[in-house]
Amino acid sequence: MALLEVDNLTVDIPLADGVLHAVNGVSFSLERGETLAIVGESGSGKSMTSLALMNLLPKRAERSAGRLVFDGIDLATAPETRMRGLRGNRMAMIFQEPMTSLNPSYSIGNQLTEALRCHRSVSAAEARDRAVQLLDKVGIPTAARRLNQYPHQLSGGLRQRVMIAMALMCGPDLIIADEPTTALDVTIQAQILHLLADLKTEFGMAMILISHDLGVVARVADKVAVMYAGRVVESGAARPLFRAPRHPYTRGLLNCIPVPGRTAPGAPLGAIPGQLPSLIGPQQGCAFRQRCAFAAAECAGDIPFAAAGPGHLVRCVRAEALEAAA
Amino acid sequence: MSETLLELRHVTRTFDLSQGVFRRAATLTAVADVSLTVKRGEVFALVGESGSGKTTLAKMLLGLLPPSSGEILVGGTPISAKDRVAVSRRVQPIFQDPYSSLNPRKPVAQLIALPLLVHGVGDRATRRAKVMEMLELVGLSPRHYDSYPGQLSGGQRQRVAIARALILRPEVVICDEPTSALDVSVQAQILNLLLELKRELGLTYFFISHNLAVVEHLADRVAVMYLGRFVEERTRVGLFASPRHPYTRALLQSVLTPDPDLGVPDTRIGATMIGGDVGCPFHPRCPDAIDICRTTPPAVRTLPDGWATCHLVEEEALQIS
Repeated sequence: MALLEVDNLTVDIPLADGVLHAVNGVSFSLERGETLAIVGESGSGKSMTSLALMNLLPKRAERSAGRLVFDGIDLATAPETRMRGLRGNRMAMIFQEPMTSLNPSYSIGNQLTEALRCHRSVSAAEARDRAVQLLDKVGIPTAARRLNQYPHQLSGGLRQRVMIAMALMCGPDLIIADEPTTALDVTIQAQILHLLADLKTEFGMAMILISHDLGVVARVADKVAVMYAGRVVESGAARPLFRAPRHPYTRGLLNCIPVPGRTAPGAPLGAIPGQLPSLIGPQQGCAFRQRCAFAAAECAGDIPFAAAGPGHLVRCVRAEALEAAA
Repeated sequence: MSETLLELRHVTRTFDLSQGVFRRAATLTAVADVSLTVKRGEVFALVGESGSGKTTLAKMLLGLLPPSSGEILVGGTPISAKDRVAVSRRVQPIFQDPYSSLNPRKPVAQLIALPLLVHGVGDRATRRAKVMEMLELVGLSPRHYDSYPGQLSGGQRQRVAIARALILRPEVVICDEPTSALDVSVQAQILNLLLELKRELGLTYFFISHNLAVVEHLADRVAVMYLGRFVEERTRVGLFASPRHPYTRALLQSVLTPDPDLGVPDTRIGATMIGGDVGCPFHPRCPDAIDICRTTPPAVRTLPDGWATCHLVEEEALQIS
């Protein structure tokens, strides 16, 4: 049985001028030890999807789902007390900005041990030992000394490592990493990604990686879901999806990043013209059609999620025709 | 293409860090003995991790921060001798975050026209015409004239910032991470725009970035900075084909191309930027360090297309093959 099953997840946010459809029918499943990457640009609904799983959405937001099951527990109906028992314990989150998600007025040690002491009956000394052990594991030198330090005394890379150690304190089954390396230097990014991969193997965790960086996603993910305007437009195993992307948006994203040795220096990069459509009000047809070079009349109708290969799904009515033309 | 437009001669900048009331201030050297020349029409890229001194260098080029020692020349004239306003006619910045670099309470037209006002260029009508011209040049529509930054997307804001930087027709544009706060599709649009404007207006860019894929795409020359020093300076082609300094190699290895068959590279360098007090500043993190690296600072090794400071790099004479 899959560790996490999400079927038809929807997040609506009622606003003064209509309902904003932040997440619109997202489905995926995740096995233990697997990494799913959710790729998308700002406004695609990728962070809302992860917050919906943790039930940490903004107050006004309304969540609904056909199925939202984590290790046999129905998250859709679980009361807050149950969720509180899961969050930080069996499902943990690594946020993007370690500067804003660590509390500046508590020591590192205090923040690290809090979750463990909350969820397990351990002594302060045991919690401390575990914190030192994990800080050591995430590659923080002189871990024991760091416990008494405050977030501002650490560099960005170290703070992000503290965030990761904090997420691992209770040995979670699922870790949700929302842009875990975006704020970091490239050299440190590589180290953090290494670390996450090692920890995943060691503890058999499943991971949902949320990122807009296709380079990171390609190197780390087993499965990929590309989101656009609240919908998954393409999903599948990482290799076939990156080798032969089928949705014009996925192709567009891959064409607009410079790749040393592949893109010609100075030549124009493939750009996706226009911008994200408004997500307020009823959403009809393919949300990408106004920006798509291959759009046709049929794109304004309902777009089914169709198989493009084994386990490879694409939400584009023109995909077949495009493939034939190429 | 051969005229030198921007020149730095042994530029150093230090800051005094207060250690408390009763202790003597410590000295932080943000930029140490940097010399470089940028030719007209060139894209000179500066790469390095955060804390390497890139932004301090940019501030000095803009005349916002005087160097502690050394000289900065724009078109042969030392800028320390001029006032800041005169420098800003020739050198203009584009910053990383278009959300914080534009005053949210000013309409786009005023934001773009501000440099003209500061320099007392033109009257109302000519300023309006110039703003309209800039809007078109950076790919914004005339209806954005009266918009406020809050009504614009990230990409549109960065276009406003570019229009503002270019309205005085500067010779050098200092681009400090101009695309790193943007989505990938918007990043492509802005990079295309920057290249287009460079060709059209004959601009020279001093381009600061930590994204080496972007640097490879648009730079002519690249300098790699570590703890305030340049450790390698090469042509783009040379640097990407055969990086010499171990730090440059680590940076290049860290570029993640969207290649699902490759894993995450192991750069074998530590996470924290700590300098050695003696010897090569990179030796505490260097995977290839040998004894001499810990004791003696490396000298400059000349290469056919630039130079590197590393004990392990062999000097190469200029060869014509």
